Amino acid sequence: MKGSRFKLNQNHAPIHEALETFRRMRVVPFDVPGHKRGRGNPELTEFLGQKCVGVDVNSMKPLDNLCHPVSVIREAEELAADAFGAAHAFLMVGGTTSSVQTMVLTACKRGDEIILPRNVHRSVLNALVLCGAIPVYVNPEVDQRLGISLGMRREQVEKAIKEHPKAVAVLVNNPTYYGICSDLRAIVKMAHDAGMLCLADEAHGTHFYFGGGLPVSAMAAGADMASVSMHKSGGSLTQSSLLLTGPNVHAGYVRQIINLTQTTSGSYLLMSSLDISRRNLAQRGRQIFHQVADMAEYAREEINAIGGYYAFGKELVNGNSVFDFDITKLSVHTLDIGLAGIEVYDILRDEYDIQIEFGDIGNILAYLSIGDRAQEIERLVSALAEIRRRFQTDGSGLLSQEYIDPQVVTSPQEAFYADKCSLPLRETEGKVCSEFVMCYPPGIPILAPGERITAEILDYIEYAKAKGCNMTGPEDPDILRLNVLAGR
Amino acid sequence: MEMWFSEFHTPDVKHSIRVNRQLYSKQSDYQRIDIFETPEFGRVLTLDGNVMLTERDEFIYDEMITHVPMAIHKEARDILVIGAGDGGVVRELTRYDRVRHIDLVEMDPMVVEACRAYLPGNACRLDDRRVHLHYENALRFIRRCEAKYDLIIVDSSDPFGPSEGLFTREFYGNCYNALKDDGIMVNQQGSPFYAEDAHAMQRSHKRIASTFQISRVYQAHIPTFAAGYWLFGFASKKYHPVDDLDAEAWNALNLRTRYYTTRLHKGAFYLPAFLEDMLKEVEE
Repeated sequence: MKGSRFKLNQNHAPIHEALETFRRMRVVPFDVPGHKRGRGNPELTEFLGQKCVGVDVNSMKPLDNLCHPVSVIREAEELAADAFGAAHAFLMVGGTTSSVQTMVLTACKRGDEIILPRNVHRSVLNALVLCGAIPVYVNPEVDQRLGISLGMRREQVEKAIKEHPKAVAVLVNNPTYYGICSDLRAIVKMAHDAGMLCLADEAHGTHFYFGGGLPVSAMAAGADMASVSMHKSGGSLTQSSLLLTGPNVHAGYVRQIINLTQTTSGSYLLMSSLDISRRNLAQRGRQIFHQVADMAEYAREEINAIGGYYAFGKELVNGNSVFDFDITKLSVHTLDIGLAGIEVYDILRDEYDIQIEFGDIGNILAYLSIGDRAQEIERLVSALAEIRRRFQTDGSGLLSQEYIDPQVVTSPQEAFYADKCSLPLRETEGKVCSEFVMCYPPGIPILAPGERITAEILDYIEYAKAKGCNMTGPEDPDILRLNVLAGR
Repeated sequence: MEMWFSEFHTPDVKHSIRVNRQLYSKQSDYQRIDIFETPEFGRVLTLDGNVMLTERDEFIYDEMITHVPMAIHKEARDILVIGAGDGGVVRELTRYDRVRHIDLVEMDPMVVEACRAYLPGNACRLDDRRVHLHYENALRFIRRCEAKYDLIIVDSSDPFGPSEGLFTREFYGNCYNALKDDGIMVNQQGSPFYAEDAHAMQRSHKRIASTFQISRVYQAHIPTFAAGYWLFGFASKKYHPVDDLDAEAWNALNLRTRYYTTRLHKGAFYLPAFLEDMLKEVEE
């Protein structure tokens, strides 16, 4: 990297190496954390292991400081930027949620408009509640057979930019949970031509930076910021993440935004896991994701050979709303065997001891990664064959998933903080919702604060609850009541 | 000089066999394969350090997993054997003239190669014209079969290694689907004695019992396996493992055996009280 003080070598993991050196120094701790290398909490040490609690340490000179990195953390960030082709990279310890939040807070101020698809993760809309920006939704096209939201069409983004020339940014899912990509290069160009930033939620796209035959990554496409869930396909610990920025974003300002909400006690377990995973990806990523893609392709062929199921792949690509497809994703449409995706998800866990990522109304998604082996793929395929034999129905009474066009009445922030009252679910029709309602996973809101509640939405919520979807968001955990704006 | 092979039956119990020399040691794609020559047990095959068979006591295992179902199902002609790359089960099966076709599915070709070279007493009938060897994942193989076999014999290693997939609900369900209407599945079911083994045994029994109409367990004494005490599962769509035994018919075949008899066949299904309780616990 230009101007770096470090001689960047992707075979190094500076945080990891500094922790190993630190361990050998046998420093006496009169600082936090109070468990003092685990001695003060023997049960925890027994459970997690001495090696693990021994490096759960605080920021100090030899280990740098995440809030203002100058040595090993800085070097690890520069190595990450180099490996991902970014101008800057930030190690994040608050999950990809914190990366997404930083993107939105960097780009938007109160009252600014931001263009985004409605099938964004809740973390995007949460950030709008925090900063008071106003969403301009681009309605994603829906695949009628699969009932899933696709990417944004170029013409729709163009139209949104034309109608909202003062918007400050366009946010893109690269890819969606199901592996579907919009034409990111074209969208970046349109955004930049209009003087807007382009932000990418790459929670499901870490591997795009290390694969042949995979969709273009945000940094390669020229996007300005990208949130990368290293803990998903990258193999680092849960809650660790990377935020990448391009050359047009001021890194010092991004750091200030991060420090508004980030912990001052960044976990070295999380940071070292990012460092070691980055090294692994730089060294072996191409080979690893080639294997993952091969496994997913094999699983698709085998699942489609069972009959009834549809494991979809690259054939969905249509040059626009499905500009590209991530072949490492294994999603299966289940409605044709007469079962909702969430039902297959539950049967896999309860009857076959197989836990998959999620099931929604019409599909399941099995997450394949760095850690999978052929024998587990065989179990999944065989279990699906058995489920078809044992549980298939004629499918009457099954809903297919429909995209419900949101009616935005107020900004998410205004709705979230406004005076509100709680009403029984069925009495909320026509009111403006002041909270989120979503199935988790995938965590894409059915209702966001400030949106009008319709009969169609209420039907959908009741159906999803009846099928056993895990619903979250509202104050009332059973979702028998919803908070709505008072007097509207 | 003393040389010993040791296997942990639990973290606190170790079983050791004196070794004369090591005949074979290789790492395959799936596991480490070793063959030792020992004074007490003859040649010993181990996978990942677990005893699979010894020349001295393999007859007990191979006879019990084969002749029990073959005596019950008098028309068993089309047979699927899973695992068992050493050839011992196939050797017993090929003694029946009525057997028409045996598919042997073993994932690891190196096991077969090692046994052909060093355990000819087991591998001797692998070239019988009725035997068809398939080197592939058993779950994948069996997904494609429907109402094809009279008998499936699952001769797997223990459920904590590469054979884990052969102790799952999806596997048993696919076996059910691959059997004809009067088909039988027999599997090695582990040991009920040490806690971890017993727990795995209960789990797989529960899964089999919820898949097949009839599911029983029978036992044998195998000195080199954990606790010297081993179980087999008998799962069937139609035949009862004791009531449907036609002892006269089997004895008329005049097969000489060293462990199995039709009297022992019945006795093997009479289980100790603690084991009956363990099985009952998961059958409800």
